[in-house]
Amino acid sequence: MNRFTYARPADLAGALREIARDPGARFIAGGTNLVDLMKYDVERPTRLVDVTRLPGLDAIEETAAGGLRIGALVSNTAIAYDARIGRRYPLLASAVLAGASPQLRNAASTGGNLLQRTRCYYFYDAATPCNKREPGSGCPAIGGVNRIHAILGTSEHCIATHPSDMCVALAALEAVVQVAGPGGERAIPFAEFHRLPGDHPERDTTLCQDEIITAVELPPEGFAEHHTYLKLRDRLSYAFALVSVAAALELDGGRIARARIALGGVAHKPWRMPEAEAALAGQPAEAASFALAADRLLAGAQGHGHNDFKIDLARRAILRALSQAAAGTPQSQTDKRIR
Amino acid sequence: MPTQATPQAEPDRVTITLTVNGKPRSLALEPWTTLLDLLREELGLTGTKKGCDHGQCGACTVLLDGRRVNSCLALAVMQDGASVTTIEGLAAADGTLHPMQTAFIEQDAFQCGYCTPGQICSAIALLEEDHAQNPDEIRELMSGNICRCGAYPNIVAAIEQVMASGGEPAP
Ligand SMILES: Cc1cc2nc3c(=O)[nH]c(=O)nc-3n(C[C@H](O)[C@H](O)[C@H](O)COP(=O)(O)OP(=O)(O)OC[C@H]3O[C@@H](n4cnc5c(N)ncnc54)[C@H](O)[C@@H]3O)c2cc1C
Ligand code: SF4
Ligand code: FES
Ligand code: FES
Repeated sequence: MNRFTYARPADLAGALREIARDPGARFIAGGTNLVDLMKYDVERPTRLVDVTRLPGLDAIEETAAGGLRIGALVSNTAIAYDARIGRRYPLLASAVLAGASPQLRNAASTGGNLLQRTRCYYFYDAATPCNKREPGSGCPAIGGVNRIHAILGTSEHCIATHPSDMCVALAALEAVVQVAGPGGERAIPFAEFHRLPGDHPERDTTLCQDEIITAVELPPEGFAEHHTYLKLRDRLSYAFALVSVAAALELDGGRIARARIALGGVAHKPWRMPEAEAALAGQPAEAASFALAADRLLAGAQGHGHNDFKIDLARRAILRALSQAAAGTPQSQTDKRIR
Repeated sequence: MPTQATPQAEPDRVTITLTVNGKPRSLALEPWTTLLDLLREELGLTGTKKGCDHGQCGACTVLLDGRRVNSCLALAVMQDGASVTTIEGLAAADGTLHPMQTAFIEQDAFQCGYCTPGQICSAIALLEEDHAQNPDEIRELMSGNICRCGAYPNIVAAIEQVMASGGEPAP
């Protein structure tokens, strides 16, 4: 690990001052991603600004709109077992429980989970080129080892995926990210928070270096009756998704009134396609409709060799997830059999 | 091996207090020291193991204010004021083993033993959390602790034994 100085500001204003003073400074919360990357010399902050003691960021509260506001310091464990989230947003609780391990979820914060970086092998290996780590150095994953890489929304500069499970559920739920910066506060719709790589794969999100996440807000609609989080991976627990699907439906008799589908493990951000969701509205909640949605979602999918299998895997996962959601039988995160 | 580091800070050091296995300590730390390295290298508490050093194996699991965490990814300076319990802190003052330690011995829940301190700390937290009621749930919520020797069936049996006894030492 590189040498750095340490600051522990007492309030939000102090934290923003600390981060503004030094372009090499970084916030640290649970540290489960940042410390890991520092040990590989992928991240080399000059100063760490500890946000874990900032007041007012560790609660889950009701919003005036009828949703919930999850403070940036709320742990992944606290989200997974919160009674309100379990009742009103079970999709979110399920996705959080599908990720990492109990130890990691205890340390991991809501803000840090959003900002965790890709698990691309080359990104992690400071001895290889990587456009995300070192802009302009190239992307060895293209034409290289790319089994875990993206099939949608890639660019010629980067084919990395965003590894979070929680974010896939937050995308489906259309959460809003609350941030504070030198210019005041702003709210970023979830779909606009993470970026596609484009010409700037070094930028994962639209958050600025001097801004801090203060909370994630859930809108009132939680799709509590018809939802599922289906995660497919190389082993049954404690592994990142190869493909995951967060599906949420509102049914009207046997027909779909509203649908949300977000995919994980396939793109640089949780992948949604509003047209594919809109096309499901009014359709019968059955396999033929689900197949059409899957076709639309994956129409532009492109493999890179080792990850070609993800296209078919994603298609099957979408079909299965939509039928689980329609039936009201969400995937268990304990009994791993997929029904 | 300083058991009581001088709080007189060098330029780069940060002074914190940390209760380790019930004993309060004042420590002047380099900010890049992980909790795992502090325990093992500076405090001589080598019961907590370093497997991967990247959050991927659970060998370094300790109880931080009662919650299980991977000490390899926790910076020690950030734990100011906290209380840490390691495998060395589980037995009673008279040497009586913690019921979970006894159960691991009785169920033969280890082979090489390298993962065991982490498994035991994790298992104690698992019971405290109270989200596991059956073997499937025990396995899932112990999945953050890898055992290369594959002692998993006996680890689950040890945890079930303590669960069945309500946490009391076996007779
Ligand atoms: C072995 C392993 C397995 C894992 N498996 C999974 C998995 O299956 N699914 C999954 O989803 N995740 C998984 N994770 C990732 C884990 O969920 C993340 O590491 C965690 O959520 C990050 O949160 P943190 O608080 O520890 O972040 P930190 O490491 O503290 O920070 C991460 C980044 O966020 C920034 N940051 C933190 N808080 C704020 C804030 N409030 N405002 C602005 N910036 C901030 C930091 O500067 C840093 O850049 C795994 C991790 C490991 C090590
Ligand atoms: S896929 Fe992205 S992160 Fe991976 S090597 Fe290419 S540029 Fe780097
Ligand atoms: S040493 Fe910490 S998880 Fe492996
Ligand atoms: S007993 Fe050897 S690794 Fe678990």
